[in-house]
Amino acid sequence: MLTIQDVAKTYADGTEALAGIRLAIPAGEILALVGGSGCGKTTLLRLVAGLDTPNSGAIRLDGAAITGPHPGVGLVFQEPRLLPWLGIAENVGFGLAHLSRTERRARVAHVLDRVGLSAHADRWPRDLSGGQQQRAAIARAFVADPKVLLLDEPFSALDAVTREDLHHHLLTLWAEARPTILLVTHDVAEAVALADRAVVMRPHPGRIHDTVDIARPRSGDPEASVAATRALRAKLDASLGRTLSRTAVPA
Amino acid sequence: MSTGSISPALGLDAGSSVAESGRGARSRARPAWRHGGRFVLGLLIPLGLALGWELATRAGLAQGRLLPPPSRVLGTLLTLAQSGDLWVHVRATLTRVALGFLGGAAFGILAGALTGTLPLARHLLDPGLQALRAVPSLAWVPLFILWLGILETPKVVLIAVGVFFPVYGGVSGAIASVDRKLVEVGRIFRLSRLALARRILLPAVLPGTIVSLRTGLGLGFLFVVAAELMGASEGLGYLLVEGQQFGKPDQILAAILAFAVLGKLADALLVALTRPLLRWQDVSRDVL
Ligand SMILES: Nc1ncnc2c1ncn2[C@@H]1O[C@H](COP(=O)(O)OP(=O)(O)O)[C@@H](O)[C@H]1O
Ligand SMILES: [Mg+2]
Repeated sequence: MLTIQDVAKTYADGTEALAGIRLAIPAGEILALVGGSGCGKTTLLRLVAGLDTPNSGAIRLDGAAITGPHPGVGLVFQEPRLLPWLGIAENVGFGLAHLSRTERRARVAHVLDRVGLSAHADRWPRDLSGGQQQRAAIARAFVADPKVLLLDEPFSALDAVTREDLHHHLLTLWAEARPTILLVTHDVAEAVALADRAVVMRPHPGRIHDTVDIARPRSGDPEASVAATRALRAKLDASLGRTLSRTAVPA
Repeated sequence: MSTGSISPALGLDAGSSVAESGRGARSRARPAWRHGGRFVLGLLIPLGLALGWELATRAGLAQGRLLPPPSRVLGTLLTLAQSGDLWVHVRATLTRVALGFLGGAAFGILAGALTGTLPLARHLLDPGLQALRAVPSLAWVPLFILWLGILETPKVVLIAVGVFFPVYGGVSGAIASVDRKLVEVGRIFRLSRLALARRILLPAVLPGTIVSLRTGLGLGFLFVVAAELMGASEGLGYLLVEGQQFGKPDQILAAILAFAVLGKLADALLVALTRPLLRWQDVSRDVL
């Protein structure tokens, strides 16, 4: 269980990025964080990842406070951030330095296979497309077997086809060890396709506007999917201060 | 608490074993003939000019007293080589450059690494070094002679000073411009300070450092001439001075030719030695 207890974050320049964030995320849940830009989504992920510290409140993983980067928490940034001087396999195995060479090799090979990059294991990052690089970045986070995986708009820079492809790879990987996932997105369809629950945020200061249960459309029920999309779209519009005239779901 | 940062491998990275078999596939093969062809292309103009001058003097169109024809320059070089004199001078010059380069590069890397990583060292050292950098290095010569005599030491120190500044600037600049985003990748994987330096900072600053070393080496050759012009009993710079005093332009040109060859060879050696470290960067620049 990941708990976020009354967390607030104000940056040194006075920007109130987050105020009174309270969330409980059961193990294995995929939670989407949805909201317009500047409502503190990235800030929240960085706090959970231990890259920054909250001004008040606490973040706990199974009861223990997170005070810095944590072995049980992995993060995929908005950009792939692969190390250009390492090959793909070496990048994916970057966090496994404590393992024996054989075990590292086996785990890297396995996860590369899961994201369909086996054929590219020995190539340089710059020789891969954006989508392939992002897959390698996701593999790098998964291979360390984290309890909690944080994904900050990992697909936003990709075209629609590549994005759907990556949704599939993400769910395949998730199904193996079922980590808790916090997925930041501003794409309603993406949230509905991947998440169990969506939290809508609003800015100034960043806080939780509303929550939408996405009654498992991942099971493939199109009716549920349409309903969840409509509900989430309406709440996102409200959080952005828009009128409810745009609630029609595109076909 | 486990830091997870102790790598069993000695290589730059823990995962290096995973990929070692397929390494070759990553480097793009470049047809040898294109490389050679470009090399010949670059020689065309200098060789053409030399040939033109040779023919002009042979045909009596030009005098060749102040600018001797290539054949005479090569002849002088050959005579110097056969008598063994050339090697004495080359060895003296190369020894000075090597010692000065190693000293200057070592201090440059050390100072650059210190000011690049420790704010205190930066505030303490950088302003002073920047001020010193503004002084033309040759201005130190009289002081070095007063302090260190007229033998080898002032020469080597002068070369080292010339090498130091570009290396210092290059290394501290490379460290300052390391991508913070990549450093965060290291933080997410909980690297210790040492592991962060070895696995992220070091590879990230390597390209800038090597460029600055090449600049430094070039300046090393610049300053060895200056050092030898101010008084030496051997060295290629001595051949220059002597050629001037005794009115032997062919000897001056022979020494210049030797400098060109040595400088180019030294740079090529540095590039060859460091190339394996930068293979990941081997951009397809030559393919364009
Ligand atoms: N390092 C920082 N220093 C100061 N302000 C920041 C910093 N990072 C983000 N902010 C501000 O905090 C707010 C939330 O930013 P962010 O968490 O990046 O939002 P989101 O990811 O939802 O777009 C924004 O107003 C942003 O300008
Ligand atoms: Mg963001």
